[in-house]
This record gives sequence, C-alpha cells and structure tokens, in this order.
Amino acid sequence: MSKSQYKWIGTRPDRPDGADKVTGRARFAADFNLPGQLIGKVLRSPHAHARIKSIDTSKALALPGVKAVVTAKDFPEQADVIVPAGEMQVNLRDVTRNVMAREKVLYEGHAVAAVAATTDAIAKQALGLIKVEYQVLPHVIDVAEAMKPGAPLLHENLMTEGAKPAATKPSNIAKRIEFAKGDIDAGFAQAEVVIERDYTTQPVHQGYIEPHAALASASEDGQVQVWSTTQGHFQVRGFCARLLNIETSQIRVTPSEIGGGFGGKTVVYLEPLAIRLSQKAGKPVKMVMSREDVFRASGPAPGADLKVKIGAMKDGRIVAAECTIAMQAGAFPGSPVGPACMCSYACYDIDNIHVVGFDVVSNRPKVAAYRAPGAPISAFAVESTIDLLAQQLKMDPIELRLKNAATKGTKTHYGVTFGTIGMVETLNAAKNSPHYKTPVKPGFARGVAAGFWFNVGADSSAAAHVGEDGSVTVISGNPDIGGSRASLALMAAEELGIDYDKIRPVIADTASIGFNFVTGGSRVTFATGLAVVNSVRDLIRDLKGRAAKTWNVDPEGVIWENGMAKPAGSNVGTFEPLTIAQLAASAGRTGGPINGHAQLNVTGAGPGFGVHIVDLKVDADTGIVTVGRYTAAQDVGTAIHPSYVEGQLQGGAVQGIGWALNEEYIYNGQGKLANPGFLDYRIPVASDLPMIETVLVEVPNPTHPYGVRGVGEVPIVPPLAAVANAVARATNVRMYDLPISPPRLSAALDAAQPRMAAE
Amino acid sequence: MTDIQFKVAKTVREAASLMAAAKGKGRILAGGTDLLVQMKAGMVTPGTIIDVKKIPEMVGITETKGSYRIGAATPAAVIGEHKKLRKAWPGVVEAINLIGSTQVQGRASAGGNLCNASPAADSVPALVAAGAIVTIQGPKTRRQVPVEKFNAGPGKTTLKAGEIVVSLTLPARPKTSGDAYLRLIPRTEMDIAVVGVGVSLTMKGDTCVSARVGLGAVAPTVLLVEAAAKALTGSKLDAKALDDAANACSAACRPIDDKRGTIRYRTKIAGVLLRLATAIAADRAKGISRPAHSQQGH
Ligand SMILES: Cc1cc2nc3c(=O)[nH]c(=O)nc-3n(C[C@H](O)[C@H](O)[C@H](O)COP(=O)(O)OP(=O)(O)OC[C@H]3O[C@@H](n4cnc5c(N)ncnc54)[C@H](O)[C@@H]3O)c2cc1C
Repeated sequence: MSKSQYKWIGTRPDRPDGADKVTGRARFAADFNLPGQLIGKVLRSPHAHARIKSIDTSKALALPGVKAVVTAKDFPEQADVIVPAGEMQVNLRDVTRNVMAREKVLYEGHAVAAVAATTDAIAKQALGLIKVEYQVLPHVIDVAEAMKPGAPLLHENLMTEGAKPAATKPSNIAKRIEFAKGDIDAGFAQAEVVIERDYTTQPVHQGYIEPHAALASASEDGQVQVWSTTQGHFQVRGFCARLLNIETSQIRVTPSEIGGGFGGKTVVYLEPLAIRLSQKAGKPVKMVMSREDVFRASGPAPGADLKVKIGAMKDGRIVAAECTIAMQAGAFPGSPVGPACMCSYACYDIDNIHVVGFDVVSNRPKVAAYRAPGAPISAFAVESTIDLLAQQLKMDPIELRLKNAATKGTKTHYGVTFGTIGMVETLNAAKNSPHYKTPVKPGFARGVAAGFWFNVGADSSAAAHVGEDGSVTVISGNPDIGGSRASLALMAAEELGIDYDKIRPVIADTASIGFNFVTGGSRVTFATGLAVVNSVRDLIRDLKGRAAKTWNVDPEGVIWENGMAKPAGSNVGTFEPLTIAQLAASAGRTGGPINGHAQLNVTGAGPGFGVHIVDLKVDADTGIVTVGRYTAAQDVGTAIHPSYVEGQLQGGAVQGIGWALNEEYIYNGQGKLANPGFLDYRIPVASDLPMIETVLVEVPNPTHPYGVRGVGEVPIVPPLAAVANAVARATNVRMYDLPISPPRLSAALDAAQPRMAAE
Repeated sequence: MTDIQFKVAKTVREAASLMAAAKGKGRILAGGTDLLVQMKAGMVTPGTIIDVKKIPEMVGITETKGSYRIGAATPAAVIGEHKKLRKAWPGVVEAINLIGSTQVQGRASAGGNLCNASPAADSVPALVAAGAIVTIQGPKTRRQVPVEKFNAGPGKTTLKAGEIVVSLTLPARPKTSGDAYLRLIPRTEMDIAVVGVGVSLTMKGDTCVSARVGLGAVAPTVLLVEAAAKALTGSKLDAKALDDAANACSAACRPIDDKRGTIRYRTKIAGVLLRLATAIAADRAKGISRPAHSQQGH
C-alpha cells in the first residue's frame, strides 16, 4: 500500500484542537464551574494500614459553610463482580472500597470521608474536624515481603485463585496464572546455553500533567450531570451508576479536554464522591485533586519481582523460555500480571515456553492501567536476558532477535496464532536505520530491545452530520488523548472526498452519541476510526439516494467520487455532478437532514511490535547516564497522521526512559510515600534527552479499511531494557533492578571495581 | 478564616518595622518562588506579607573599589546580565543562575535563596566560597555577618525578630582569582542539588595562595570546609592536594539518606565535585575561560 493512493491519509494538517490548546482556550476539567457550586475535599488516611473503628463527622457538619459530608455509609455495598476498567479488570466490591474506605484503610492517602463546603478554606477546615478512630495495623509494601507466610494480611479472606495445590489459608497472593507451550523440560535439556537471572522493577506513575478533577450537579428529579477529565466518560457513567444505584440514562457525563491519562484515567476516584455530595447538598460540587493526592491515591503502574530463564542453541536459536512474575496489585487484587505474562515472549517464535504470574496485594494505592499495562515490566527482564545471550554468543542483538522473531503463523504461548504482523520488518528497519548504521561514538555504548502489545478493538459508535452548507460534523465518543480527532477527520475526508477543513470532529457526551469503550488499548484510531468510516459510508449512501431522487434515477445508478454524486455511467443519463453542498442545500426537498451513523463491536486489532536503539554514556564518578541518541522503530500499520504517530513513539520512549533511569516510589518506615511530587518523583525533563528519532514501518492491518494498527502503547515497552542493555555494555555492570538512578549505578560501579581490577 | 495582610515597603527601615509589628507572623516577599510554593502547600501561613521589591537598596548591584554589593531581592536574571559581576565572580553568578528555570530566574533572588535556609540552596556554597558578607537590618540597628554563619539549620536562619537581609557583599580580590560552583542533580534541570560545591581560589603562577570551599546539601547547613581550603592553599593543585581536599570534603559531610541521595553517594560526590570545581576555578584564575558548567555528568 503506497501512500500516494490517498489524498488525506498520511498528511500532517494541524489538529482540530490545536489552536484552542495553544491559546489557553481549551477547557480542562478544573476549568468547569457552575453557579452556586460547592468545593468538595477528601479526607485521606495518614496510615498505610489500619482498621477504621469509628468516624465522627458531627463537628464538621456543624461548621458554618459545610453543606454535606459523606463516608462509606453513603455508598451501597457492591457484589463480588468483575467489570472491565480500560485494559484492566476490576471488582466492584473493591472499587467502592477504593473510592471510599469501609472496614479498613489500605494505603496512605486512602479516602475515608469527603466534605462539600462553600469555600476551599472551609472545606479544608472541615476535614480537620472529622474524627476518625483508627486501630493501626502492621503494613507491608514490598511484593516479596507480602508473599511471605506471616505477612500482614490486607484482606483476611483472600484465597489464592488458581493456586497449585489449592490454597487452604488466606494470603496476599490474589491469583496464580500460568501459560505454557511445548515441553519446557525437554527444551532446557536440549539447550546448549542457559541463562537465568532475577530482576525487579519499581512502580511508576503515569504522570499526566492534569490532576483528576470533577464537577457534578444532581437535580431534585434525579438527573445527574458530570464534567470530568477521563479517558472514558461512558465508563464514568457506568461506574457511577453501579456505585450509586442510579440508572445510566439519568447520568450525563461530559468529558473535558484531557491533560494526559496514559491509562490512569480509566477508573473513577472523585466522580462518585462529587455526585453523592451534590445529591446531599442540593448544589453542584467541584473537586480537584492536588498533585500529592494524585501520587498518594491514584494510578500507578505496578512494580514487580521477576525471574527469567532462557535456553538457546549456540547458533542463537532460543529453545526454552521461562518467566515468573510476582506483580504488585496495590491495595486490591487486579494487577496487569496477565498481559505481562502474555507479552513476555510474544516477540518470538519459541517452541517451549512456561510463564507463571502472581497477583499480589500490598499497602500501596491500587494500580491502574499505564500504556501497555504489564508489558514493559516483563520485557525489561526478558529483553535484558536476551541481551545477555547476545553478549555470551557474541551475536549482534538485532540478528539474534531476527533469528527468533515471531512471524505470521507463529503460535504464542497464550494461545493466539499471529496473522499479518511486522516484527521482522521492524527489526530490519531498525537494522537499516541511520542510527544503527552509524558507528557508536567513543565513550558511548549502544543498547537494543524489542517490545510487543496486542492492541484492542471493542465497542464504538459514531455519527456524521451534514450541515446546511455541506460541511460535516463527525461525532464520536472517545476523549482525544493523542490526536485522534485529527485522524478521525482525515479518514472521514478521505472517504467523503472533501477537504479536511470542511470536517469538524467533536467528542459528544454520553447522552449525545452511542456507547464507546474507553480511550485505551490503542483502540481509538483503529476501532472508533472504523465506526467513523462506517458512519461516513452510511452518510454517502444517504447522499447518493438524494442525488438519485433529484435525478429521478435508481440509487444504484449513482456513484460518489471526489465529494460529488455522479451518474454511474452514460446509461443512467447525463447529469451534472452534485456536490455535497448542493445536496445539502436541497435536502429539505429530498428527505430532510442528511446523516450517517454506525455502531459496532470491532475485532481484528493488529498487534504491534517495536524495536528501540539507544546510545548512552555513563559518568563513572557520578553514575549519571546521558542519552546521546535514541531511535524508536515500530510497525504502525498505516500512519494516518504521521506526526501524531511519531509523537506517540517519542512520548512512549521518553516515559520508558524515565522508568528505566529515575522514577520510583520511595516509602518511609511507616509506609508513607516520601516523594509525592514532581520534584522528587523524577520524570525526564526536556533538557535530559535528545530528539527521539522514529522509524515508521507500515505493515497494514488487513482487517481495517486503511490498515490501522494501534500505536500508542508499544513504544513504552522496549525502552527499559534498551537503556539497561546499553548501560551494561557501557560499564560491564548489568543493572537487574530499576531504576538505574545515579546513586544506585554509582554504588554498583564502585562495588564492581575491585572485582574487575582482580579479573 | 485567616486573613493575610499585604504590605509594600518603600524603605529598608519600613520593611524591618513592619516585620517587627507582625510579631513573628511576618514574611518578606522577594521573588516568592519559595514563599508562594510553601503557602500553597500549607507549610506557612503568614499574617503579613511584606514585599521588598520596591526598595531601591534591595534590588540592584553596585560596585565600590572592586567590591560588589548585591541587593537581597535582585532577580537572578538581572544578576546574570551584569557583565562586570559575571567577570569578577563567575562562580557566584553561575550558582545563582542555576536556580530553577528561565521563568523562575526572572523572580528568584539570592537573598530569598539564603533566607529560605535550605541546605541545598544553590547560591549559598558559592557565596560561602566567595566570603560574602550579609548585611542585616533590624528595627533599630544594622549588622553584618559572614554568610556561613547566617543559617542555623534546615529552614532556620539566625535572623532575630524584625530583622531582614538587605544585601550581600562580595569582597574585592586580586585579579588572579577565580571561582566556580558545581552541583549534582539526577536530571539536567528543575531539580535540587544532591551535593553542591563552591570553590574560590587566588593563584600566584601555578601556586594557590588562598582558597575557600563551600559545601552544600550534605549537612543541616551549608558548610565552610576549612580543611579542604588548607589542603589547597600553598599547593600547586597537584594530585595529593586535590586528594586531600576531596577527602576533607567527604569527611566534612554529615548527610542523611533520603529521597534525593544516599549517605554513601553524597559523601563520594562531595569529593568528586571538589576536584572538578577546583580545576575550573584555577583555570579562571589563570585567565583560561571555561564555560559555566551546569553540573557534572552532562
Ligand atoms: C520551579 C522551581 C525551581 C527551583 N529550583 C531551584 C534550584 O535549582 N536551586 C535552588 O537553590 N532553589 C531552587 N528553587 C527555590 C527558589 O527558587 C530559590 O530558593 C530562590 O532563590 C528563592 O528566592 P525568592 O526571591 O523567590 O524567595 P522568596 O520565596 O521570596 O523568599 C524565600 C524565603 O526567604 C524569606 N526572605 C526572602 N527575602 C528575604 C529578606 N531579604 N530578608 C529576610 N527574609 C527574606 C521569605 O520570607 C521566604 O521565607 C526553585 C523553586 C521553584 C519554584
């Protein structure tokens, strides 16, 4: 598929939301206000683990200006049922407890009560007047500790699902899962080289720049309106309906512009509280988290302890691969250990694989999705071990991966057999990139790693409306976090044969368009894109019918070309083509408004593969790592708007580099987070990194009319290992534990020095 | 509800009187880049805020016979644009210009950096190395103290009730002198020093005839490391002198393990930065121009 076959797809027009964003006109959640609104604030647990003996809110309620107080008592108990939350699964019984603690607080920052008052200051003062009696319990932060017999139990009745043999006693291990293919013992018996290593990764926050915020207004007749920052307003509606026992049709959620989400805004925190407070107070209630609240009580992606064992032949062919992952779920079960297990070896065609995962609770905030949930963690361990193999076999790391690469027909260890995929193409593109072909600069070393993500489809609805002048509104229901409005408009322009500028894509609230699953799983341009294409095709069908009516011919006698209805052939008759503007002008005479719509459950998401290359140097005295050059190559299907695809690759790479080098949660002895802010939770700043180079490899997804694959998640998968591999090659010291922060690397280098001198 | 009074002082005396009148609830507002952040976080709730940016004596730089007086509230960006000061005290200026970002530089002052009393304040080790003198105005009297004696601990100064800092004075020194400041931060900017080292030297040919070393972020206050200065003074800045001075810096460290660095790391880096900062200061003293290093490792 060459780009030249398209007029709009593959071009780089300005995004429809761009002007509003650079002028400050765009409205984010905290910019929404209503007359008479109250300010809502949350009282949060100072303890990592404690039983709530009593909560006395009477003094707070008595404070002038306080209009409502809520605690867990204001939320009905929920059944033990699993529902999807973005790419993760959550249990409603736990969701209600995460939103508002019931029997126990399970992490520092856990919500215990909320107030609504006329001013911010009064609300703050009211929080201080709420008396909570706690019985402080021993806490546990680390996964390894949490798994030990005798560890403090978060949930006294939690039995390990899938344990072998079946669990007889409660523990912090919520689940054991297993994936296998071939005969792992036979594989290792055959192997000529076996490498086995342990790794750890730290939890990391999604780090979206916009804190959670919500404004809710409940009317006396039972209607509820919500404005909030979310990746899925239909999910906000769904969660609030369940958590508060309100019918979905009574709740109307409008998403604001979103200042980043990366998976972390696929769950609810403030919305149910704001609604309940508004119902009790009879006034709108606005709530905004501070950055500290965001760190203490939302997100993060989990940390994990991993073991990887790989067996290979001397020619580089991997014959056996094992991986064990114990993953933090936070305070409630439900880490992304499943996808971590599935993605671990998905890049490769290996005969014998055995992967085991454990979902482990501890006294940390409940984890949420973060770009390719789980995958970067297992990729760090697996891709580091493959790099060790390359070093031991003295093979080029890309050649070694090419030798084992998954291709069409490869059966994965989680059961799926791949269709058309681009792993080999991406490896070759990396190998032939300007970066890889340039010799490494003196003082620098080069690291390589690969990564995989499934991408998803799911439910989408869209509509296309023609205005009186022939311009078109494309309506869909996914918050735009990566430039999706531009991509949807480009596909609509391509289908309709009219200019991109004649199309205005909008994101409708939950009452104004059919259901859409969250913006997540890299699904919007793919799945909602398909809904848009189908809605435009429905619109074209309508337009052709109008032309047929005008000409008094059969609808089959009309074709649509370059934005105009034309007779299909000379046998139909001789008619001047009718433009969309002409058809719009005469719509009243041909059947009224001209609209198209579509809704579907989209399957056939094309998986994506990425290969990253990094050149970096390590200062031996300080342990500071400086990235000199970085390239991300990825199979992107078709790049609908290449700039925004490149942006996804660059952003994912930068987040992965931060994960590798500096980001971590630091807990003190009491289980309190010591670094709940961007000063000491170190995401990379612009001056830390060079421009990230990108190589877009276009292997179209055959199930999508324009070949779209999701692109937003794959790029965060390879960087952790790419950086660690380069550090190992730069220093001869391999870092098995993230982050590779200056104090840690410096200590490791110093520890290795006498050893290396002796060698 | 607590109301905050906002006052704009026109003279140093007026500012000091307002401070005295506020009975311990007064706060001077210079650039506000610490004060406003701390108020937002609920760490401080002043009764009266006294803006000193309209006091001529407190904003601006004057030179008298080679000695420079920097008004306590002078914005860092103004200091960075002062060519003569930059030439005379490149280490002090580079330290002040490391604070924050371009936006923060437009507001942040050296006086605020000092009075905020963070052990990791960037300008202070350079000011200590420079031998800067702090001029302090009370409701009635004025006094002066060496900068290394000014702070008492994290967030604590030795200012008495009603006292404010008016200016910082850098002494005149021989032409064959140079200074430098280096800090280590895990990132390239927008971070807090894990260790900061200021070195000021006067050279006679290849021999160092006098030296001062300031060391930040490794103890409750910024330290004047006399043992390091002693190791350098009289030497040709040879390997042994540098080893001794670096070891003296490491030995002077009384750091803590925290989210910003380990004891082991800070102690080591103090020595590493001493060597590098000494080399830059020596080159500058000899007239070999060296670009301002933002920090080690990049
Ligand atoms: C984004 C950001 C980045 C930063 N980066 C750095 C950095 O890299 N390095 C660094 O060292 N700091 C950094 N800081 C901290 C801060 O910018 C500096 O400490 C700055 O020098 C403070 O100066 P100011 O004029 O803004 O002080 P203000 O905030 O006005 O005052 C600070 C404190 O000193 C008191 N005070 C001020 N002037 C006087 C006076 N004349 N007499 C008595 N008391 C006084 C105030 O009442 C207040 O308590 C950063 C801050 C921010 C927000």
